[in-house]
Amino acid sequence: MDYAAVVFLEILYMIAFLALTSAGLAVVFGMMRVINLAHGEFVMIGGYTTIFCNRAGLDIWFSMLVISPLVVGIIGLIVERLVIRHLYGRMIDTMLATWGLSLLMVGLVTLIFGNTAVSVTAPIQSYQVGAYQMGGYNLFIIAIGILVMLLLWLVLRYTRVGLVARGAMQNAEIASSLGYNPQRIYMWTFTAGAALSGLAGGVMAPLTGLLPSSGSLYIAKSFITVITGGAAIISGTLGSSIIFGTVNQIVSFGSTPVIGEIAMLALAIILLRLMPQGITGRFFRNST
Amino acid sequence: MTGHPTFGIGRIRWGWFIVGSLILLLLPAVTGTNTPTLLLIWALFALSLGLLWGFAGILSFGHAAYFGLGAYTYAIASMNVGESTGPLLLAIVLPAAVAAVIGAMMFYGRISDVYMGVITLVVTLILFKFMSATAGDAYRIGSARLGGFNGIPAFPILNVPGDASVTVYGTPFYYVVAVALMGCYLLCRWILGSYFGQVLIGIRENEARVELLGYSAPLYKTAIFTISAAMAGLAGCLFANWAEIVTPGVFSLGQSAEVIIWTIVGGLGTLAGPIAGAIVLGYLKLLLGQQTLIDNSLVLGAILVLVVLLLPSGLLPALTRWRERRDVARVSRRQASSTRRRRSQRGDA
Repeated sequence: MDYAAVVFLEILYMIAFLALTSAGLAVVFGMMRVINLAHGEFVMIGGYTTIFCNRAGLDIWFSMLVISPLVVGIIGLIVERLVIRHLYGRMIDTMLATWGLSLLMVGLVTLIFGNTAVSVTAPIQSYQVGAYQMGGYNLFIIAIGILVMLLLWLVLRYTRVGLVARGAMQNAEIASSLGYNPQRIYMWTFTAGAALSGLAGGVMAPLTGLLPSSGSLYIAKSFITVITGGAAIISGTLGSSIIFGTVNQIVSFGSTPVIGEIAMLALAIILLRLMPQGITGRFFRNST
Repeated sequence: MTGHPTFGIGRIRWGWFIVGSLILLLLPAVTGTNTPTLLLIWALFALSLGLLWGFAGILSFGHAAYFGLGAYTYAIASMNVGESTGPLLLAIVLPAAVAAVIGAMMFYGRISDVYMGVITLVVTLILFKFMSATAGDAYRIGSARLGGFNGIPAFPILNVPGDASVTVYGTPFYYVVAVALMGCYLLCRWILGSYFGQVLIGIRENEARVELLGYSAPLYKTAIFTISAAMAGLAGCLFANWAEIVTPGVFSLGQSAEVIIWTIVGGLGTLAGPIAGAIVLGYLKLLLGQQTLIDNSLVLGAILVLVVLLLPSGLLPALTRWRERRDVARVSRRQASSTRRRRSQRGDA
């Protein structure tokens, strides 16, 4: 019974982890059809920001929930203005340029902070489930994951900003003829996506030690989650997070974490072969 | 004179080919062969991607998979066989077979651009994760232990076919690599000049039209993917012989990124471009590796961003276009001046 509870919590945690770390990429891909391969580095920089703000004496909650999204959002804004905006509509070129950016950021962070691991202790104690010791911070990740998805849905569905963003996503020309500048919408969408990545990085920082190359831990998982999810931001990300999170953890419990991860990646290949437009390209067509 | 042709194939320039061969032949007289050997192996790897990406329009985001498979296949097979000829062939055939399966799955499934990017990338990641986690005695193939993150050391290196006691290393190995590179270059040229190559270029330019003419695009794409993987496998096998150790690093994201950068910087739609790109940027990487001030990935990343933004087709095509424009300008200037001369002779200036 306890074991079942532990497995269930771990699955829930993995789903929240995938949804949280993919949200930024999903917003940018869903709205702009831009694949940002520097996403992992955005997450990594979010983590560094939290750790170094915390070391400088700032409250850790404030660092991860406010400063990390802010810093990474500004970086995203700069990147969009300097690079991405020249490449709209050229998907492969955008992937290449952002891959270059990813290498560039890894190099920069190595240059500034050195190639050593940094970490911060989790601000929530662990707790007992029967005979098992569970990380209390994992519960916080689950809560944040749900909260971010919910907020994203509310904003996209019920606010004017969300309406305009969805309109521009469906038809940029009509949005433009109604007086909304698509360039500006894209700019803020990319910034918002980057801020979400920064938030994910800040929140995840206490769980994983950080290296300049840590971004590559996130990019593959986020990439398959978003692409398999398809164009619909929320239902797509949630759907593929649930599938991948469950498969990953169940296989991990049955064998080793590495086999679990390989199972998840292999499943991604099969799903993409069966549904090249992603889950939401096949089912739930009209969802957000 | 309207624009330049998108058919980037042209005829082989034998003059340049001979100059290149002579440089390769005489290089060992001037310098050591250790670094040039590595650069030529990288060039072969870049050539394999250049053929696939530049001429068939298929960008493999994880070409390191086939490079690494070649390296691992050679290491494992040569430890079991104790001789190198069979393992060398296997290191070409096995990556090609894997690519044929993956390629057929992608192309017959009509999977394109981003989705193809995900699949090729994920294949590499699976191999990287798996090979990194194979520490311990349980993971062995025949007498070869996979060795997890530490890789496979001390396998037999290339020997003269038929005589396992005469190994090939140093300058002779350099010549083996140089011949492999030139051979593959000529093979690429021959493929592109053939009927098969023309159809491939047609597919790159307009897949729907070629299909309407009755060609099966998936078949052609799978075939070129397989050929490219075989070439990458050969490069990987030679790399294993150069390094004399194989680690999961051959499957890393960095390896995949590097070969893409070499290819695009050198020039898409050319064969000499990727080779030059790999040699120049590979040498730059080795130079940067000797100091600690500037990180290698910082420079490579900056180069990739700048090339995509400013020279999306790469250096070599940009250079060719610049030369063409200059020639056109020179011809028209000459025409203009001769017209002026004629006019002044007639006295109506």
